This record gives sequence, C-alpha cells and structure tokens, in this order.
Amino acid sequence: MSNNHVIKVEGLTKMFGDFTAVNAITFEVKKGEIFGFLGANGAGKTTAMKMLIGISTPTAGKANVAGFDVFTNAEDIKKNIGYMSQKFALYDDLTVKENITFFGGIYGLSRKEIKGKSEILIKELEMEKAANKLVGSLPLGWKQKLSFSVSLLHDPKIVFLDEPTGGVDPITRRQFWEMIYKTANRGTTVFVTTHYMDEAEYCDRVSIMVNGTIEALDTPKKLKERFKTDTMNDVFLKLARG
Amino acid sequence: MIPAFTGSDMKTILYIVQKEFKQIFRNKGMLPIIFVMPILQLVILSNAATFEVKNIKFGYIDNDHTSTSRALVERFDASTYFNVLTDFPSEALASAAMLNGEVDVLLHIPPYFERDLQKEKYNNLGVTINAIDGAAAGVENVYVTQIVQRFNQNLKIDLFQVSDQEIQPINIETIPLFWYNETLNYKTFMVPGILVLLVTMITLFLSGMNIVREKEIGTLEQINVTPIKKREFIIGKLFPFWILGVGLLTVGLVLAKVIFHIPMVGSLPLMYLYTSIYILVVLGIGLFISNFTETQQQAMFISWFFIVIFILMSGLFTPIESMPNWAQIITQFNPIRYFVEVMRMVMLKGSEFMDILPQLFKTLLYAIIMNGLAIWSYKKTT
Repeated sequence: MSNNHVIKVEGLTKMFGDFTAVNAITFEVKKGEIFGFLGANGAGKTTAMKMLIGISTPTAGKANVAGFDVFTNAEDIKKNIGYMSQKFALYDDLTVKENITFFGGIYGLSRKEIKGKSEILIKELEMEKAANKLVGSLPLGWKQKLSFSVSLLHDPKIVFLDEPTGGVDPITRRQFWEMIYKTANRGTTVFVTTHYMDEAEYCDRVSIMVNGTIEALDTPKKLKERFKTDTMNDVFLKLARG
Repeated sequence: MIPAFTGSDMKTILYIVQKEFKQIFRNKGMLPIIFVMPILQLVILSNAATFEVKNIKFGYIDNDHTSTSRALVERFDASTYFNVLTDFPSEALASAAMLNGEVDVLLHIPPYFERDLQKEKYNNLGVTINAIDGAAAGVENVYVTQIVQRFNQNLKIDLFQVSDQEIQPINIETIPLFWYNETLNYKTFMVPGILVLLVTMITLFLSGMNIVREKEIGTLEQINVTPIKKREFIIGKLFPFWILGVGLLTVGLVLAKVIFHIPMVGSLPLMYLYTSIYILVVLGIGLFISNFTETQQQAMFISWFFIVIFILMSGLFTPIESMPNWAQIITQFNPIRYFVEVMRMVMLKGSEFMDILPQLFKTLLYAIIMNGLAIWSYKKTT
C-alpha cells in the first residue's frame, strides 16, 4: 500500500442475515482526492460508508482508513475523519454557535481553538446574523453548509459526505461544491455520495455501485470514453440498468 | 475494570452536560412537565390516595323502637365516618336501596332487642355491607364492630349499675398504640411514598427518552462518528438528569413540609445520600431501555410497563407482607421498594445510617449492575 492512499479497501462485505448489502468491494482512495461514490438507491453506498467510518462492523474483508484498521481501531479512525450524514444531524434546538461549540468540544478542541474556528467558520459561511439563531430555524441549504463545516472542525484527513446536496437548490449546490473544492485543495480527502450526475462530473474519480458491488471505477472522462457517451448520466443509466 | 478518568474526559463530559441543560431548559413542552407535574402529583395524590373510608352511607332497620335501639343508632350518628342516616321501614326497601347504591352499610336491629339484652345479656345484630370494594368493606366492618363494642361496654356498665348482680367477668381490652405516626394520618404515610414516585417517574422517563430521541433525529449517529468515549457520553447524558432528580427531591421535601406538615424526624443528608444513589439505578434502567428501543414510543411503553409493576409491588399502596411469597421475592428486585422503605424509615422514624445500610447496599449494587449493563449495551459500532 502506497502512503498516498488514505483509504484502502479489499473484499469488504456486509451481510444482514441472508442479504448481502455490500459484496466484496475493493478500491483505493488517494490523499486529497475528491472521490465520488455513486449508485442507485439501495445499491449499498451508505452501508459501505458506515463501515469505513467505524459505526458498522464489516462481515468480511479488509479496510484501512486514515492508516487504521476498521476492525481493530475504529475509534482511531474517528479522530481522523469527518462525517456528514444524509439526515441532517446538528441540533435544531441549539444555535449555530452552540452547535459548533458542542462538536468542537467533543472532538477535544480547546475553548480558544473553538472560539477562533467558530469566528472563521461563521464568516466564511456569511452567517454572522444567524450565529445566535436556533439551527432549526435556518433554511436547508444553510443547514447543509453548516453541517459540512462542522464536520471539518477538527481538521480531519478525510471527510465523508453522504448525499450532502439532497433537496438543496442549484445555487446552494454550486456553493457547496466550491466548499468541497476548497477542502480538497487544503489536502483533505473528500469521499462523497450523490445522485446528481452533474456533480459526479466534478469528482476526480468515480465509482459506481450496483447491487452491492462496484461495477466501474475511474475518472469521469475515462468512464465516458469507455461507455461511449457524453455524460455521466448516460454512464450511470447504462450501468444501473445492467 | 474501570479506567481512570482524565482531564480531557471531564472536559468532554462538561460539553455534553452544558448542551443537555440548554436543551432541557429550551424545551417549552418539557419544562412544565418537569416542574408542575411533581407538584400536582404530590398535592393531588397525597390528598386522594387514602385508605381511610369516610362518608359511609349508613341505613338501619329498627324493629325494636326502644331507647336502647335508638341509643345504638345515635352512636352511628355521632361517628364522623357515617353520614346520611336512613331509617328503613322494611327489609325489602333497605335491600332495594343497597342494590341502587344508596346505602353502603345496613344495620338490622331485631325485634325485642332491648328486652332480650336485659334478660339474656346477649343479642345478635345483623349488619349488611356492600362489599363490591372489598378493601372498603373490610374497613367499614371494623368501624361497625368498634361502635357496637363501645356501645356494649357502656351498656354493661349501665346494667351493672342498675342491677345488683354478682361480679362480672373482667373484660380485657386491647388499646392500640401507634408509633411513629401517632395520629394514623394517611398523608404522613403517603407523602414520602409519593415523593418517591415523582422522583422515579420523571427521571426514568426523561433519561429513557432522551437518548432514543437522539437516535430518532439522527444526531446519535453523528455522535457515534466522533472519537467520544462511551463513558464520557453516558456520564454527560445522565448527569443532568441526576441533578434534576435531586432537585425534584428538594422540591418534594419542601412541599411535604410546607403543605402537609410531614414530620421530618430523620437526617436530611442521609435522605439525599440514599436518593443520589437511587437515582443512578433509575437512570441506568432508563438508559438500558433506550439502548434496546428505536423510537420514543417504544421506550415510553417499556418504561410504563416497569413503572406500573414497580409501583404496585413497592409496598407504597399495599403492604409487601401481605403479598404471596413469590411476589415478595420479586419485590426484592424492585428499586422503588427500597426507596419507599428508606424514605418512610428516615422521615417518619428517624432511622440512621446503620438502619438503612441493607437498603443502601442493595441499591448501590443495583446501580452498579444497571449502569454496567447500560454502558455495555450502548454500542458505538453495530
């Protein structure tokens, strides 16, 4: 394994009873890469991601994330990754600042670091006026951007984003991808799932999952060449339909 | 093996505690429940949950119509427990009235009651009691017997005075002496118990629902992806409810003293010591339930299931001594039982540390086991 790889997965499998949700997937993700993790609903994306972030124990296979094994060092992985779930998971009944303070606190940041980071973060998100508002009262787009920023508070090596732009308007989606680019430019690896094929075009490399297995993995350009189409949308349709 | 706590553990716990308190005090639906419910419970239940039977609807059929029979009826009239005296002219009318629920207790005075008493020094009185509520009927029976007995004694004295008979056999009488609650005031008995209920219910429901709620809204998953340690999270989560529980005890004790004038014979620090350990048991149970449930609804139902069993088998309303053997064994596993015992012992009897040591020890053991199970069953990784 080269030191350039921050995620290395080999034959990773998850079974729920007789049902194989993830079937022996193998791939590697390079440092600083934007890795698109695509697949239809129920293809096994979220299950695979949950194994990588250490909240679901794999049934079989090997996986190393940020230098730690998912079977034996899940808690060490958690120190080095950020995660933004499909479901909005900040506290609606806390203000923007309180949410930042809480998550900063449980990641072990000092009061001083938290204070500094919140100021920068709120400024970057242009949320100065909303800083003391309850998160529940913010529009969805703002919530998603805040949620992404919070997952980066502790400067993780990898950030996992599970459908971060679901239900968000096109302008906010664009801003969101600008944030993703900025993050990747700072050297943070971005592992992102999405249903929007235009977003897939923005990724450095893309994997497409069908029924628990990875059917294709390459740069968007090469995938389009291979399937002889102009858009990722067509690549996806060809693969997903079998 | 319990790993030692570090400074960073404490810091993380503080962040969680801070967040929990903010959420509790921001929840407009929850705050009134936490503070108003206990007061209502204590005031309403303590006044209503009494085993004294009062306002008994009393009727009689006097077939004698003599001064003695009238004197007997007057005894009932004088009693504060019996009101509404109805004189029924016939048995049939009296039975009909009982059937309609107009009377609870019927006294049948036979013909020639006075004459037979004087001649034979002996007579039979008939009493009919509506026993649909068995417990109330038992109490009514005791009242009737007491009144008739007292009437008897006076009568004997009267007879003794008027007749020059030989020496009568001496009546041995029991004079009950009630300790610790001399006036047999039910409130004195019930208030400490109801205090136990409110501390238990509020802390169990709040702690049980709290973590399930985070499961439902998805924030628990976010927490599980952080490097937070299980013990940090659980202590941080439970500590605010522990504080609330101790606060509730304080509110309850103040109300008990101010509204009900319950004597506080024993030591307050001892009550607090026991309660602080007891709350740990309840919180452990709440957390354990929340680990095995997916929704607040499930957690609520399971909590109710345990609360109802715990309350009915706690000795709060029915004495444990009168339960069947197997049930008495079950009560050994009922934390509320020990709490009720301790509160009554310390508040009313002034029991000291050594007296409540068995309860204290069992509760402590219970707390360790329940919280151990709760921490064990809380999984960051599934």
